[in-house]
Amino acid sequence: MLTILFDGIAYGMLLFVLACGLAVTLGLMNFVNLAHGAFAMAGGYATVILVNNWGVPFFAALPLAFLVAALLGLVLERSLYVHVYRKSHLDQVLFTIGLVFMSVAAVDYVMGSSQVFVRLPPWLQGQFNVLGVGVGRYRLLIILVCGVLTVALQLVLSRTRFGSRLRAAVDDARVARGLGIRVDSVFAITFAVGSGLAGLGGALGTEIVGLDPTFPLKFMIYFLIVVTVGGTSSITGPFLASLLLGIGDVAGKYYVPTLGAFVIYTIMIAVLIVRPQGLFSRGGVR
Amino acid sequence: MSLPPARPDPGPARASRARWHPLEVLFWLAALACYFVLPSKHLILTEIAILALFALSLDLILGYAGIVSLGHAAFFGFGAYVAGLLAKHQLASEPLAALLLAGLAALLLGFLTSFLVLRGSDLTRIMVTLGVALVLREIANRYAWLTGGADGLQGVSIEPLLGLFRFDMFGRTAHAYTLAVLFVLFLLARRIAHSPFGLSLQAIKGNQLRATAVGIAVNARLISIYSIAAFYAGVAGALLTQTTAFASLDVFSFERSADLLLVLIIGGTGYLYGGLIGALIFKLMQDYLSALTPQYWPFWIGLVLVVIVLVGRDRFSHWTRPLHRLADRLDWRAGQARRATVSERH
Repeated sequence: MLTILFDGIAYGMLLFVLACGLAVTLGLMNFVNLAHGAFAMAGGYATVILVNNWGVPFFAALPLAFLVAALLGLVLERSLYVHVYRKSHLDQVLFTIGLVFMSVAAVDYVMGSSQVFVRLPPWLQGQFNVLGVGVGRYRLLIILVCGVLTVALQLVLSRTRFGSRLRAAVDDARVARGLGIRVDSVFAITFAVGSGLAGLGGALGTEIVGLDPTFPLKFMIYFLIVVTVGGTSSITGPFLASLLLGIGDVAGKYYVPTLGAFVIYTIMIAVLIVRPQGLFSRGGVR
Repeated sequence: MSLPPARPDPGPARASRARWHPLEVLFWLAALACYFVLPSKHLILTEIAILALFALSLDLILGYAGIVSLGHAAFFGFGAYVAGLLAKHQLASEPLAALLLAGLAALLLGFLTSFLVLRGSDLTRIMVTLGVALVLREIANRYAWLTGGADGLQGVSIEPLLGLFRFDMFGRTAHAYTLAVLFVLFLLARRIAHSPFGLSLQAIKGNQLRATAVGIAVNARLISIYSIAAFYAGVAGALLTQTTAFASLDVFSFERSADLLLVLIIGGTGYLYGGLIGALIFKLMQDYLSALTPQYWPFWIGLVLVVIVLVGRDRFSHWTRPLHRLADRLDWRAGQARRATVSERH
């Protein structure tokens, strides 16, 4: 029972790191980025190549995965995404679906279609018992890393000048622009960091959720659930939503395997009907 | 003021649009000719006709009512499975009757889920429709005793059409059957699109608030067109099952919904032929690309999507403009009507 809770929390934390970038880009630019999972996949594959082929230590590979995905995000944002912000949601959806298709096929071409794994250092494998609760070492690591990241993000958002600029831009981009905040560059940085975090999440998640070229398609819906249920106006909303989703998904698959993923999809639809702005957002319509 | 309110004059523009254009006649004659001229291409032409019907269905809600859907495969798949189950368990062994039943089942599903797309922005609609398709896929996956789960619905045998025409392995019957269904349903869609009901949908698409202000019952209209579109999609799915004697989870897949959007974007929305032309181009492109690179053709599909959006969807659909001009020149009546309206305005 507690093991399931533990696994669920680890999964939820992972989802949060994967999806928080999406929440910010959606809230800031009202931009629907269905290709967010592609950046996570980039980070995951970067780790796999670094660790398995080049023999880079696992912990050195994690920040590199972040950098690779962030760089990729920055380049794509400046070169392609900027042209699509002002277009309709339909255009944005079509554009990012196109990117997803391209990334899936390209990775399939380069890396092959089979699932890949990262070679973990031995001391991260297996689990140990604390008061009768089985604690997976790797999952503990995920909780630690993601927990530190979450606190750091929260601090950056609430305490730094950049954070207050970002919050101002999310609340009202026009007024923020009028006050002399360069919303575009704030957004470019946020996009890059969000992609980088997704890449880090992809690197960490390879062991738990598996990695193959269809990753962006498989996890798109999870990201969307986190964002829709959590709302886009703060970072705590998506965080709570990810935890709920993680625990719900793990527990659901354990206790009622016949229903499977059915439960979370239904919950998502129900939430969207009752509160289109998300469960944890402030009431107003954007 | 005892006179009954007169029916407003639809005006020459609408009348000319509702009238059959020579090019339209030509289009359908060409489709019919393909049946006789290209006997070795029955299979792919059948696929094109099914995709065209499916795209027509999305055009009804996207092009006319402005509802963005990323889960239209839900109704396609539902129709496909209903038709498969009806045939497998001999509940309605005559294909045409089964087709109608499958369409009606999808209509019911469309009616029930239409309430979900009434509220919210484009984004909410995208996610709700996507969610509905995922839920249905999950149901089909889980209830394997009924649907065959991941292995697909096997053991479907389709009875001869109307008790007369067998579905042969060359796809001759299947082609004629799908083409006929497509034509009949297209006539219906054309009638709907040019009716006052269709015009009111375009008003809703243009500006929902103003449409409400001029007295259009927005929600009722949206519910009806969404249900009708679901019927079309269900029929398309049923056609797929009947012509291939198989249904798999693939009918609900996200790629199917996404491809469908691409089909409609290639052909252009809001004039009914967009779906048909888009289906033709898309299938030929897919056929060519998958022969070139069997595994990686989604890459090129994705590239096409990205390029279309970057170039600009409206600018992209201008490639049909010379066609429209040609159409005007061929149809002297439409030209006269347009000139008449222009001179009225001056």
